[in-house]
Amino acid sequence: MKFPIYLDNHSTTPMDPRVLESMLPYFTEKFGNAASRNHAFGWEAEEAVENARKQIARLIHADAKEIVFTSGATESDNLALKGVAEMYHEKGDHIITSSTEHRAVLDTAKALGAKRGVKVTYLPVDKFGMVNPEDVRNAITDKTILVSIMFANNEIGTINPIKEIGKIAKEKGILFHCDATQGVGKVPVDVQDMGIDLMSFTAHKIYGPKGVGALYVRKKNPRVRIAAQMDGGGHERGMRSGTLPVPLIVGFGKACELCEQEMAADAARLSVMRDRLHATITKALEDVYLNGHPTERLPHNLNISFAYVEGESLLMGCKEIALSSGSACTSATLEPSYVLRALGVGAELAHSSIRFGLGRFTLDEEVDYAGKRIIETVTKLREMSPLYEMAKEGIDLKSVQWAAH
Amino acid sequence: MAYSEKVVDHFNNPRNMGSFKKEEDGVGTGIVGAPECGDVMKLQIKVENDTIVDAKFKTFGCGSAIASSSLATEWLKGKTVEEAGKIKNTDIVQELNLPPVKIHCSVLAEDAIKAALADYQKKADSK
Repeated sequence: MKFPIYLDNHSTTPMDPRVLESMLPYFTEKFGNAASRNHAFGWEAEEAVENARKQIARLIHADAKEIVFTSGATESDNLALKGVAEMYHEKGDHIITSSTEHRAVLDTAKALGAKRGVKVTYLPVDKFGMVNPEDVRNAITDKTILVSIMFANNEIGTINPIKEIGKIAKEKGILFHCDATQGVGKVPVDVQDMGIDLMSFTAHKIYGPKGVGALYVRKKNPRVRIAAQMDGGGHERGMRSGTLPVPLIVGFGKACELCEQEMAADAARLSVMRDRLHATITKALEDVYLNGHPTERLPHNLNISFAYVEGESLLMGCKEIALSSGSACTSATLEPSYVLRALGVGAELAHSSIRFGLGRFTLDEEVDYAGKRIIETVTKLREMSPLYEMAKEGIDLKSVQWAAH
Repeated sequence: MAYSEKVVDHFNNPRNMGSFKKEEDGVGTGIVGAPECGDVMKLQIKVENDTIVDAKFKTFGCGSAIASSSLATEWLKGKTVEEAGKIKNTDIVQELNLPPVKIHCSVLAEDAIKAALADYQKKADSK
């Protein structure tokens, strides 16, 4: 076993060696600009880009012409929300999204509110982190121009009822954007079947390179138009100017092709591993709580709160394993996970949460080792925890008057 | 974020981790912080003839919070009650090389010391 062990695949994934191999020629001998129309270097690059576009489109059941390349999912989210708000401002000024979206959507919506007066409805989620499609229906007004709901949550892995939301949006004639950064390449995503009009995703979450992403923009039924947020040479049908990063795009295409071939097997293998990890932990430790949906969740995601133990100290206790926590001490904002808070998870349990993200290259023995170390560390830290001591003495921690600081 | 060697050492080898019986003679207990904020420290001192002869802690919190309280117990032992009251959070920051985002851990440790001393004093006065 090699250390440290990487179990943070929601954050990013290692590149598949087959992806790297596909990219290499495009850094050196095939270095042309895909927009160069007058020579073989340009044609070669353009052909590689168009091939990648097809590979990417196939994975999500789209047409190659509907793929707009960006620098990543954050840019795609920005382009979708700002592009729609600007293009359709005469039609309306209301956007519907949810409280557990990624910051790339939440902060973009907030910026639209502050700078353009766009009104934003943040739908609540249920205790499993799921958006209720009926809430979407009820939030729609005659001023609504966009519904933006994520495919699957990056912290808790809960998968939203996207098809039902898509159906409602279609019925009401409102555009539907889906941030599918965590879903694409992991579970089947079909923009036709699910009624998605705009969709953000990125290469580095699916064993491709960092620095490239895509926005799917529907071409017919309806033809979606967005205002460019980057002006220049008119690349990507005028929606996103800038010289295309050909090697990254080639890698993105290859990564999508591999996902199309291997996604089902990966998901089956990882969900078994994940479930075994969960079972091992719950068997050995009391007072552990699963965050997110028990079944409607990404196959490689496990998010657990270990009561009486603070998340950052838990990560520090098993630092040979790369994991992530919803603890405030691990966040830039010094607030515990807003996703867990939106589910109604108490702040104390949000501080105690750990996210396991398995991936294509995760081995059985690594997961078993992680389970063993987590159990050891939680046990050690509980011995050190005044809260655990109080709970053992039968004191109801909720009845204690704490001095918040 | 990388931790200082001293923080890692206290985290891996906590000094004086444990509890005294609160009712015991000469024991002062301070519990500060809140679970919602992600850190709770319990610091206890055992005083004989105005001198702290033993100290113990239990902490729910990040590595720096655990290290701050572990260090506090080390420093408390052998000090008189008056000397103990002079321990400042900045001393802890300096000793453990805490980064700015972790300064609140040292503040909490100072608060815990003060709370334990106050509890000891209250018990002593009521006799």
